[in-house]
Amino acid sequence: MPKDHGVGASSKRREDIRFLTGRGRYTDDVNQFGQTYAVFARSDVAHANIRSIDTSAAEAMPGVVAIFTGEDFKDVGGNPAGWLINSRNGEPMREPKRPVLAHGKVRHVGDAYAAVIAETYAQARDAVEAIVVDFEELPALVDMAASLADTTVRVHDELPDNQCFDWGWIEDNRTKVDEAIRNAPHVTTLHLVNNRLVPNAMEPRASIGEYDPGTGDYKLTTTSQNPHLTRLLVAAFVMGIPEHKLTVIAPDVGGGFGSKIYHYGEEALVLAAARKLGRPVKWTAERNESFLTDAHGRDHVTKIELACEKDGTFIAFRTETMANVGAYLSNFSTATPTFLHGTLMAGNYKVPNVYVNVKAVFTNTAPVDAYRGAGRPEATYSLERVIDKAARELGIDPVAIRRMNFIQPDQFPYTTPVGLQYDVGNYDATMDKLLEISDAAGFEARRAEAASRGMLRGLGINSYIEACGIAPSHLVGQLGARVGLFDAATVRVNATGNISVMTGAHSHGQGHETAFAQVVAGMLGIPEASVDIVHGDTSKIPFGMGSYGSRSLAVCGSAIVKATDKIIAKAKKIAAHMLEASDGDIELKDGRFSVAGTDKGLDWGAVCLSAYVPHNYPLTELEPGLEETAFYDPANFTYPSGAYACEVEVDPDTGKVKICSFAAADDFGNIVNPMIVDGQVHGGIGQGIGQALLEAAAYDDMGQLVSGSFMDYAMPRADDLPFYQVDHSCQTPCTHNPLGVKGCGEAGAIGSPPAVVNAVIDALQRGGMAHVTHIDMPLSPARVWAAMQG
Amino acid sequence: MTKVTMTVNGKTVSGEVEGRTLLVSFLRETLHLTGTHVGCDTSQCGACVVHVNGKAVKSCALFAQEAADADVRTIEGMANADGSLSVIQQAFQDHHGLQCGFCTPGMVMSTAALLAENPKPTETEVRHYLEGNLCRCTGYHNIVKAVLAASGQDMDQIAAE
Repeated sequence: MPKDHGVGASSKRREDIRFLTGRGRYTDDVNQFGQTYAVFARSDVAHANIRSIDTSAAEAMPGVVAIFTGEDFKDVGGNPAGWLINSRNGEPMREPKRPVLAHGKVRHVGDAYAAVIAETYAQARDAVEAIVVDFEELPALVDMAASLADTTVRVHDELPDNQCFDWGWIEDNRTKVDEAIRNAPHVTTLHLVNNRLVPNAMEPRASIGEYDPGTGDYKLTTTSQNPHLTRLLVAAFVMGIPEHKLTVIAPDVGGGFGSKIYHYGEEALVLAAARKLGRPVKWTAERNESFLTDAHGRDHVTKIELACEKDGTFIAFRTETMANVGAYLSNFSTATPTFLHGTLMAGNYKVPNVYVNVKAVFTNTAPVDAYRGAGRPEATYSLERVIDKAARELGIDPVAIRRMNFIQPDQFPYTTPVGLQYDVGNYDATMDKLLEISDAAGFEARRAEAASRGMLRGLGINSYIEACGIAPSHLVGQLGARVGLFDAATVRVNATGNISVMTGAHSHGQGHETAFAQVVAGMLGIPEASVDIVHGDTSKIPFGMGSYGSRSLAVCGSAIVKATDKIIAKAKKIAAHMLEASDGDIELKDGRFSVAGTDKGLDWGAVCLSAYVPHNYPLTELEPGLEETAFYDPANFTYPSGAYACEVEVDPDTGKVKICSFAAADDFGNIVNPMIVDGQVHGGIGQGIGQALLEAAAYDDMGQLVSGSFMDYAMPRADDLPFYQVDHSCQTPCTHNPLGVKGCGEAGAIGSPPAVVNAVIDALQRGGMAHVTHIDMPLSPARVWAAMQG
Repeated sequence: MTKVTMTVNGKTVSGEVEGRTLLVSFLRETLHLTGTHVGCDTSQCGACVVHVNGKAVKSCALFAQEAADADVRTIEGMANADGSLSVIQQAFQDHHGLQCGFCTPGMVMSTAALLAENPKPTETEVRHYLEGNLCRCTGYHNIVKAVLAASGQDMDQIAAE
């Protein structure tokens, strides 16, 4: 029987009630008394010197109350990169200033150089049109190789070669890896592009700035995945506001996928404008602005080599990657292609030699940063594509070549050549489960049936591993992180026994309000409805590093467990006093404290009441009240893993790919809410199939984003996607967090792109097109058809 | 400014609008019915779907004045009279057909329109009908299941697929 409450139950989501009845409260739903509206003037060219900005006509427009340009912010701080990367030669990365508004130069289409504040949105919009800017247009750098080669055109004038860093991981491995590849019996080489994507959370970014001249307090309501980090960046780095004078609130947020981790200039602008005007200032992005200015994802160009024995035993992986960081460094843009990518380049495999080289390149495009998976999809795609190619070259079954190289269950903890120690896993188990749920044995019959209809059917299978639960502060500190990545929670028990849990995680679709309540209610044995989860408000929550990197349950959830443990320990002492027993003899079960071996007991509520009405209470030993805070810093990353399978049919006449089935067998360790976990995997797969078949953030040579709207950018729609078979019954619990959980938010997006591409290549190979060994994503009909023609 | 009057969720309402005021702006800003969302600027995403005289309409693609005297229904008017979730809303919760909730009002309104004209749609018909509603969270799996469940079709068979 499935569980009906607590950890392991598919509790229905309580947050759904407000979302289904139109009572969600997203940032744009919030309006403040006396509110004004901000609209930004954005560059329509990719690269130009700003000769002048004439705002005089705009200032005279009806309703305009203020206009800001880059000149107003030239003396405040830049929006910093959160991670310092050193180049192979030991030099620190180049870190040009990212201003609130462009000053002197615009560096990508959409770069904001002015903002109008007006009484109404329409007036602000009209006035922006009246700003006259004089640009001296410069050539646009779009292609990464061209940017590195060009020393005359510079995205940032002070950087001679448009390179941010040239990173080797691990540099000490380089000679040995080169030699292993030189001497290997077989080397498979693959050149591939990990296509640039636009995250496209359905809710566009929005921010409201407020300032109280009476107290000097600021408030920022904003679409953020991590309000505390935003507060730190705005207060300490950009605006110079004392941190305790700024409250950041992220109310209901309509999806993030990485793009709402970062601090953006619009947030600083609405605060500065609110201070100047003494009135609230609201900005809501149009979708057009989202396309042009939200941090994009992926955008790697990679050469990967796999050296192996003739029997398929892996000897070495070596990659050379160019990673686009766009025009400015977004907060995690330097960590994503390096420590979230290079450290995963051993995959699920016992390969002794791995070396990764990544050159990060500035271009005249929007900033690129972490997008669902963040570096790990790029690593998985490179590995699982080159392994598939090698298997084909060597005549080995693609499942067999993976199995023979898997790290075995008895080899954990396993230290890879690229700096991680995997704590636990069982990769054959998820592969076995995958073959079962995908009915791989029946593939040949389905292929023959498809062939009878003239369709080319193919099967793609791959494994993945990721590093989640970001992350141990001591480790990321050594790797260049400028932040700690612990988390915090406060459990506040009220006199009547119900509970508010303040968590540093932020839920923007993940269902924390339900799942976290299951954890606490399960520990105490009280109804889930008695526990509320409070998130997204820096004035209520002790601290938090937010939700990304599949860290919420593994890190923030662990902090909640530790705080709840403290609550239980104190409550047992209170109960012991009331029951005249030793606290070591007190047991808590199903919401009742009892003295072991007796029928004496007290309900949860009676003990909580005593903490707040301490008449019969050990006041000499114990403070009244029942509220505890815990900070939790993990000992290691968590390592979810799994195996994915995709079956496709390719229409030989058109090159159109149809996804016939998709199966995922994941090992997430222990599961709190299976229904929510299924949903997370579904969503990740949807985005992964989108990347593989449909999506591309395409810039032309002038730096114009030609897929800059939902009319041009192919978002997956309901009829592009199938039902998925997902399974998470293979569970090797994480060894170092109290819940034994690993994280499930990104797996689907990491494991699925190679499965789709492997399936299409398989279909074409089986269809007799031996010359097609790779097609770059997205596998549009035009690209597939062209590849088929040779 | 022009005065416009219409029926929204059974109540007669009126307000002053400019010629360029979209129906979605009138609903959100004048009537404070913020359940109807704006997810794009090209009438592609479907987060703003409402019913106008019984038909599903993207309220960003209609001027408020075009809905003068019309009968408009929004997500705020979809629950049962006693405030409990309607069959469609309940199916979305039961089958986890929503995550961040931003596309959800449009999905519910489109589903209601679909089931009004086709009470027992096939999976293919559901997917085709929802083409105009984008969701970035769910991969559509549980949305399609929720719609089929709301139509009263056998969920055991669907679950086995």
